[in-house]
Amino acid sequence: MPLLELRESGLYCAAGDFYVDPWAPVSRAVITHAHKEHAVAGCSAYLTAISGEALLRDLIGADLSVQPVPYGETLTLGSARVSLHPAGHILGSAQVRIEDQGEVWVVSGDYKLDPDPTCAPFEPVRCHTFLTEATFGLPIFRWPENTIEAINGWWRSNQEAGKTSLLFVHEAGMAQRLLAQIDAANGPIHAYDAVERITTIYRRQGVAMPPALALAEPERTLILAALSQHGSPWARSFSNASTAMVSGWMRIRGPRRRRSLDRGFVLSDHADWPALLRAIDQTGAERVYVTHGFRAPLVHWLQEHGKDAAAWSAPFEEAEA
Amino acid sequence: MKAFAQLYAALDETTKTNGKVAALRSYLAAASPADAAWAVHFLIGRRPKRLLESRKLVQWAIEETGLPEWLFAECHHAVGDFAEVVALLLPPAADPAGTSLPLHFWVEQRLLQLRDADDETRRAWLLSAWREMNEAQRFAWNKLITGEFRVGVSQSLVVRALAEVSGVSGEMISHRLMGEWQPTPDFWTQLVAPNPTAETQAGDAMPPVSQPYPFFLAYPIEGDVEELGQIEDWQIEWKWDGIRAQLLRRQGSTFLWSRGEELMTGRFPELDALAELLPEGTVIDGEVLPWKDGAPLPFAQMQRRIGRKVLSARILADVPVVLMGYDLLEVEGADVRERPIEWRRAALERIAPAGSALVLSPLVEAESWDGLKQLRQQSRDRKVEGFMLKRRGSPYRVGRRRGDWWKWKIQPYSVDAVLIYAQPGSGRRASLFTDYTFGVWDSGKLVPFAKAYSGLTDDEIREVDAFVRKNTIDQFGPVHAVKPELVFELAFEGIQLSPRHRSGIAVRFPRMARWRQDKKAEEADTIETVKALLKTKVGD
Repeated sequence: MPLLELRESGLYCAAGDFYVDPWAPVSRAVITHAHKEHAVAGCSAYLTAISGEALLRDLIGADLSVQPVPYGETLTLGSARVSLHPAGHILGSAQVRIEDQGEVWVVSGDYKLDPDPTCAPFEPVRCHTFLTEATFGLPIFRWPENTIEAINGWWRSNQEAGKTSLLFVHEAGMAQRLLAQIDAANGPIHAYDAVERITTIYRRQGVAMPPALALAEPERTLILAALSQHGSPWARSFSNASTAMVSGWMRIRGPRRRRSLDRGFVLSDHADWPALLRAIDQTGAERVYVTHGFRAPLVHWLQEHGKDAAAWSAPFEEAEA
Repeated sequence: MKAFAQLYAALDETTKTNGKVAALRSYLAAASPADAAWAVHFLIGRRPKRLLESRKLVQWAIEETGLPEWLFAECHHAVGDFAEVVALLLPPAADPAGTSLPLHFWVEQRLLQLRDADDETRRAWLLSAWREMNEAQRFAWNKLITGEFRVGVSQSLVVRALAEVSGVSGEMISHRLMGEWQPTPDFWTQLVAPNPTAETQAGDAMPPVSQPYPFFLAYPIEGDVEELGQIEDWQIEWKWDGIRAQLLRRQGSTFLWSRGEELMTGRFPELDALAELLPEGTVIDGEVLPWKDGAPLPFAQMQRRIGRKVLSARILADVPVVLMGYDLLEVEGADVRERPIEWRRAALERIAPAGSALVLSPLVEAESWDGLKQLRQQSRDRKVEGFMLKRRGSPYRVGRRRGDWWKWKIQPYSVDAVLIYAQPGSGRRASLFTDYTFGVWDSGKLVPFAKAYSGLTDDEIREVDAFVRKNTIDQFGPVHAVKPELVFELAFEGIQLSPRHRSGIAVRFPRMARWRQDKKAEEADTIETVKALLKTKVGD
């Protein structure tokens, strides 16, 4: 008996009468994390990890009806036992474990295995069926180890050239992860607009990060700005800036070059190919459904390695970021 | 190889011209002559030919990555570039610092030796190169092997960097880079040697006898032609649709160079015969044109000739060529490019052998710009592309320069067509759907009519890309059939009946003129409308 099925509004659990990350408004939604492709507005009730509640309200509305749940606490919804477990993607990101009549399914949401001081680390959860993302489900995606040093070096050389360092990052997750890890002794760091707002939410949850400062000496400053600011009038107003982006897609030259960036840094809040395989392996699952990203290659690979695997498709693909 | 891979990465990383020139300059200033010569060779787009079959390269690369073939293919598809996907997939380098052997070692002792080595040796060399190199080096190396060494640097940027490093003028550098040369340390030394003075000019730094001059290229007229001032100040010629070429006759030898610096000597026996009639030390600039009974043949006729190794008597009789000469760059061995255009023209007329395959591009007489506009209406009938306007008194310059030469082309044909197939591009367009096939209506069905890749802005490309992803109705390999919804105005230069094309029509230089978001697919043109263009006489 499958614990989840694909319905018009998304992944539905009949035993517990709820959806996981629905893409249309439903009566009860379990949200893996507060990124817009995963959290739709307009549901009557939301359930999410405690540390992700504030981000969710910020994303889709302060007056939501949200039930915050600590990681690892088991709830009973209908006949299903449901618990959330850290996914290591961003603050409050969770895998959803669903158990009914001895059968265990886990929905990964987005996840990474790499260490990140701003959120709880990914926790492998044993299950029979694992629903995994595959945003970077090809072996070309292998994250290098020295990206933070490369960013520090880029910032320093921009300072020597008297240039502003303008770094475009995902405003929720990556921006804070960088802020926590970049060498703040280098000079002032400025968090622009959405990055500033979300960083404040992180600080309220007790995440330690060096202060972000007002923009006083642009030629020495590293500015963290949302990906959507790339090419905006605000970004273009820096005539003497070096521009860069941080994303897993920067691993490929085409996406890097067609954005006319000076640099592309490879770092992601998603699992790379080796991490996807390791995570899948650690669940012990005999059945794997791949929900988004490079689904077909990962499914094919898993099948060749003796797993029961299939692709489950969402009606949309995530925008490249 | 370390510095060269860093140069490649630096060029790749910046989109700014100054940044690229600075990277080139600092590489060239520090490199040994042997490395610098090779770097210039590759940067201006030259490449060793046929080193090994790409099938074998692919096979060895796949073996070394340890991946199944299907997964390698998926990755290649996502990346869109063979050199890059191999660099990304090979096991991490044993030593992150990579190889410290110089570029010329890798090129001379490995790359060029691949051509004559047996497969076992080739494979061993490739694997050892990959294993000794780090990721950036592997990428540059793979680019060298596959001969797709494009890094977003134009020849003019390389010339600029060379001029800045050497203090020699850009014109002189351009000239020294023309024609045939071997990338040796000696070549490098000559390339950056100081400008010749009057005393050294006739001395030992003589250019090779085969060396052509850099072509002078015209800019298109964007505004009204009358902005050029008085018509009397301009020498006017028709713009011919042929192959731009320089014909050299020096020391009893003949060389025919295309604008892409391809040596075409021997491909046009008519022009070899012509060259023998020319005085010693002559260089003519002109257009190789298919020409019969005093008029050009359609360029497509020429294409019948170009591909052939052996030219039959029949094809020589069907599609004879001439050199439509319009400028003279060298007289009796002396460079005359600084002389005014009238002087060069008169000298060209003097040396033109009567009754030969040299036809002088006629000078067009018009009393006024209005008169010229009238005359321009005849362009299509005359099988020309419009006019060339050359400023009286001007010298023959180097490269594309604004001011003295203008091309005033007739408006292209245009047709509204529907996007029916899309496939991902390559290079910076990899993993985006950028290569499109368009259809026009034929009895209620869309029949493929032209392919086009250029003309859209990056934002438009992204929008079309998103459309393709959401509206794919079928897929054959990389080609996606899409819901026929988007209409584009396609512009093209020539149109011909063609039994080889499904629409029965072949067009020349199709590109997207604009996205007709105001039109529905049903409003696109029909094959009848397109065929009617075959007969049109509208010149403008």
